[in-house]
Amino acid sequence: MKVLLFGTCLVDTFFPEVGEATLRLLRRFGADPVFPQGQTCCGQPAFNAGYEDTARTAAAHFLSVFDGDAPIVTPSGSCAAMVRHHYPELFHDDPRMLAKARRAGERTYELSRFLVHVARAHEAGLRGRGTITYHASCHLTRSLGVREEPLTLLASLKGAAFVPMADAGRCCGFGGTFMAKLPEISCALAEEKAASVEATGADTVTGCDSGCLMNLADALRRRGSKVRVAHLAQLLAEGL
Amino acid sequence: MNLGQTTLRFRQNSVRALEDVALRAAMKQAADTFGAKRAEAFAPVSDLEALRDRASGIRDEVLADLPRHVETFVASATRAGATVHRAKDAAAAREIVAKVLSDRGAKRIVKGKSMVSEEVDLNAHLEAAGMEVFETDLGEYIIQMAGESPSHIIVPAIHKNRRQIGRLFTERLGVPYTEDPQALTRIARGALREKFLSADAGISGANFAAADTGSLVLFTNEGNGRMVTTVPPLHVAILSVEKIIPSLSDLPAFLRLLPRSATGQAITAYVSVITGPRKPGDATGAKELHIVLLDNGRTEILAGESRDILKCIRCGACMNVCPVYRTVGGHAYGWTYPGPMGLILTTLLTGMAKSHPVVDASTLCGACAEVCPVRVPLVPLILQLRRRKVREGFPDPKERRVMAWFGRAAASPGWFSLGQRLAGIFWPLVRAVGGKDVAGRLPPPARIPFRRKAH
Repeated sequence: MKVLLFGTCLVDTFFPEVGEATLRLLRRFGADPVFPQGQTCCGQPAFNAGYEDTARTAAAHFLSVFDGDAPIVTPSGSCAAMVRHHYPELFHDDPRMLAKARRAGERTYELSRFLVHVARAHEAGLRGRGTITYHASCHLTRSLGVREEPLTLLASLKGAAFVPMADAGRCCGFGGTFMAKLPEISCALAEEKAASVEATGADTVTGCDSGCLMNLADALRRRGSKVRVAHLAQLLAEGL
Repeated sequence: MNLGQTTLRFRQNSVRALEDVALRAAMKQAADTFGAKRAEAFAPVSDLEALRDRASGIRDEVLADLPRHVETFVASATRAGATVHRAKDAAAAREIVAKVLSDRGAKRIVKGKSMVSEEVDLNAHLEAAGMEVFETDLGEYIIQMAGESPSHIIVPAIHKNRRQIGRLFTERLGVPYTEDPQALTRIARGALREKFLSADAGISGANFAAADTGSLVLFTNEGNGRMVTTVPPLHVAILSVEKIIPSLSDLPAFLRLLPRSATGQAITAYVSVITGPRKPGDATGAKELHIVLLDNGRTEILAGESRDILKCIRCGACMNVCPVYRTVGGHAYGWTYPGPMGLILTTLLTGMAKSHPVVDASTLCGACAEVCPVRVPLVPLILQLRRRKVREGFPDPKERRVMAWFGRAAASPGWFSLGQRLAGIFWPLVRAVGGKDVAGRLPPPARIPFRRKAH
């Protein structure tokens, strides 16, 4: 099955290892991933900051690059939510683009959802190690409704132990442009999250959004923590 | 006490709050407690989603024809013997209340908790007119004593710990120091009892106003609300127009939702339904009842794209779960209403020019919308205000330049790749300039971006 991989701008620019892990996973589970080279960013930074026209430009570009019928898979709950829920809003008064946006939304899968519901990766007996805790990112859970899939995948890792953190669903303070506009509050929230991670005693913290993980990694580093921060795709790919 | 609007200084206010160790500890503990109590209170409510739909539907129904419901309420309340005043704005509300009081020679006023009275800065105005105003809700009593404004719409003194309150009581009341909440409450009750008995008038707010019966509904816990509205001969209630519900028979949905959402209680200790003043044969009630219906910009909000914020029933659940509010507290928002509902209302009621920084005071995490009992679309409303902020030209030029560049890069893979390369080359510089701001917290860009490895 051909799938279109939307890497996201953060993975593309900062975390190619997450993209590579995603590619390996998709291939291992029988998909034929294609990375359209024209892709850029979903436009969420502009959308969330109120720059609707800029966001619409980015969205239109995305829709032309990811045109077709193949599923679109992305290792980000936030970017998937942008495509699924906000693209239709951006084109509400343009019937042709609206139809295109809706179709793209239906075709868009956040990685863990694809891995569980389409690839059934949780039944593959992947290996894992150490103790892992998980940050349930905001748009993944509240906007996309993906709550169980990452936990199902983590629970399936043979040899790894899962420890839940307190308030796993509380925002880490990344918030895209929020991090830039109100850095002090953003840092305070990330510190609180990092403390929750450390309190679990886990050696690894994972999640499905590179933005949150990046923010969390910074807060952990400032604390001098040794906890490893890894995207769920990386943990799963390591167990192949 | 309204200390003047400082919403434009949201970031500076929040930095100060973040450095306040006592405030942060108090906020965290209180917000966690309310969050946990809320969840516990709703656990046995098996029809919660249907209940939220019903309450949301009633609020929609009110907003669909607010002027008609207001007219109905005015007619019903008048029939019940109340005098209803319409106040177009804050100044009108202050004048009306002051005139009602001074016409009757009222000098000593006891007050129940009312955020609308905070919104119109009523106390200062009455005090300037030579009246004594005593807040009787325990939290408000503490706040008034401290010369502050409420930092939460339900729990005004949420930002203070009991040691601070103990010291305040010692300082202002001359009582021996104690930090025992029950002892502190006893002290306040003793001081307030005498005020109730000698008051010329009581001022209250209202949680709801039923259009069909003209009744005011108050949910309270301390008994002070009932004292304020029944002991003095004159009762003045001040409420904003959107507090109206079509019928008293609509109340049960809110009765089940509001206390649980606000304080995690299945029901508040007191639920008062006040229909007109005391009538012959009544055992209790004020002899005279005046109701001040405040508009103060609501009609304008109702006609615009943000009207759904008027569905809000002021439970405070959104602020208890908001990561920003629970970290910086309510004063940082710089006006009467804090947290997610507050930043929306503040911007709409006071104008973008006086409040635009606060529309960024959200990570858009959506925790607020998840708990809102009447399904106010808080995140879409915040996004809408951000779009308005951009449309009206409030963001600084630097942000506009960054966004212009972003727009170009997002629409063109060539520019995008160039941006990636430039970021890599200039990263040490960006980092040095960025400091603890953004760049200082981002890792360096990858040497080879994913796009060049993804084949």
